[in-house]
Amino acid sequence: MKTRETDVLFPAHWRRNLWNAIIYALLIAGSLMFLLPLFWVFSSSLKPEYQIFKIPPQWIPNPIRWQNYSEAWTYVPFGRFMLNTLIIAAGAITGNLLSCTIIAYGFARLRAPGKNMLFILMLSTMMLVEPVRIIPMYIEFKTLGWIDTFLPMIVPAFFGSPFYIFLLRQFFMNIPKDLSDAALIDGASHLQILWRIILPISKPALAAVAIFNFQGVWNDFLYPLVFLHRHTNFTIALGLNFFRSSYSIQWGNLMAASMMALLPMVVVFFLAQRYFIEGISFSGIKG
Amino acid sequence: MTVITQRFFPARLRWSLQKREALTFYLCVLPWFIGFLLFYLGPVLASFYFSLTKWDLITPPQFIGLDNYERIFTRDKYFLQAIKVTTIYTFTYVPLDLVFGLLIALLVNQRVRGVGIFRTIFYMPSVLAGVAYVVMWMWVFNPQAGLINGLLAYFGVQGPRWLLDPKWALPALIIMSLWGVGRTMVIYLAGLQDIPRELYESASIDGANAWSRFWNITLPLLTPSILFNLIFSIILTFQSFTNVYIATNGGPLDATLFYVLYLYRKAFEHLAMGYASALAWILFLIVLVCTLIIFTTSGKWVFYRGVEE
Repeated sequence: MKTRETDVLFPAHWRRNLWNAIIYALLIAGSLMFLLPLFWVFSSSLKPEYQIFKIPPQWIPNPIRWQNYSEAWTYVPFGRFMLNTLIIAAGAITGNLLSCTIIAYGFARLRAPGKNMLFILMLSTMMLVEPVRIIPMYIEFKTLGWIDTFLPMIVPAFFGSPFYIFLLRQFFMNIPKDLSDAALIDGASHLQILWRIILPISKPALAAVAIFNFQGVWNDFLYPLVFLHRHTNFTIALGLNFFRSSYSIQWGNLMAASMMALLPMVVVFFLAQRYFIEGISFSGIKG
Repeated sequence: MTVITQRFFPARLRWSLQKREALTFYLCVLPWFIGFLLFYLGPVLASFYFSLTKWDLITPPQFIGLDNYERIFTRDKYFLQAIKVTTIYTFTYVPLDLVFGLLIALLVNQRVRGVGIFRTIFYMPSVLAGVAYVVMWMWVFNPQAGLINGLLAYFGVQGPRWLLDPKWALPALIIMSLWGVGRTMVIYLAGLQDIPRELYESASIDGANAWSRFWNITLPLLTPSILFNLIFSIILTFQSFTNVYIATNGGPLDATLFYVLYLYRKAFEHLAMGYASALAWILFLIVLVCTLIIFTTSGKWVFYRGVEE
């Protein structure tokens, strides 16, 4: 490297340190901005009503009012809403894991005429705008008598979801073929290869699918809003909306309820962070 | 496998093996294909048919040709408002999303100690989408005692009424959505980490400064990620629903009457299924045309490095 004039005045390690200091300053300022709303809401969820509207804001609640949580929990059946959401999530995840692995295996490992065309067709459905499907699907499920049941949110999962199929297919493509070829010559069926060879080494990809799916179900609002009507069937998202709109709510209670709805997702995120990131890199969405 | 089959099996057996493999493939993807017919193709076609009818779900659908479309384009001021709001929102939010996502990705791609924690912090809000996310932000935007106006009060500034003010509601929704910028960030980050370090090293030796390295190496090699983020951000933004349904329900004074919110009202509150289907098809075509324009022009600005299979 040629020596620049600046190197004499500012040695390389000085510049390096200055650069690092700027990076840290930006990282810290940025993450404070990202964390502050969450901290603020958490703090509000523990405040008695008279402190909530205090100006300038009271950052640390005093006294801490945990009752905001227990009151919110009992005003509306949040336990039931969580259970409903978990049932839908369990059903949808089971469906997607079963169907998507088999479909992805086909796309990744088998040769057949028309395969590429079908694959492109599948990818293009990822870009379809949801609202164009929702009215006919509502009518479809109404005819089947499935409105106000969990089936509209579970059954389609058994037919695979384009994004998860794509993700698993990318992962399966990267598994060396030697092992499965040897098994094929020994007379193993494709189902046996999928079950005995492919799936055991695909756990990270399967986990990514399960987690993305859980996130999707937990956060989903439009589908439950259209398909579920009775309060006892509500998911956590619908339940929170119901809680928000049907009571003359104390902000402290509402923030406590929101924290309860966010918390499971936050926990899942921290436990399974690497799968979120890995899932994105498996799918090869990058340079 | 091909080599083996060619060497060890006679032609007729090979042919039947290929046929069996193809058959297995069709069996494997059959569930997807049935789902495609039932939940994608069928609904899209059905929705087009419904869009040509007047239908309240109670009496049978009544065929009225293109009347719904004619009414939408000539006599529906809410449609115009919804298009206006959604377009303004999309054309402001998407560029902000792409730029902030990139800036944060560049920041958390720096090789400094503890950067993983910061990645987590920036990414986390994006997994929290949904009702709780919006309710939380409604409180942050509360005009009397919300976080933002509370902070502004320290500087003696009286903050706006945010979601309750027709002028400020849309900016508030944009700020709210930008909290989830981690979704775009993490895709850029995957792209950034794929750029070989040697490229930067050799550019440094040639005397390229940081700015020219960014401009000549990082940005061109990141264009596939930019394309991906651009397309998905546009598709998702055109369909925004939950945020606006919860935070403003289209108000105040229809200032945030988003397209899908209007469609939802027509379909599930007014039970005008035919009319709403026409609205849905118009949205479908708008997004399709946008996506196609981006794809066809992408050849000019997206740079693919070699062929990676």
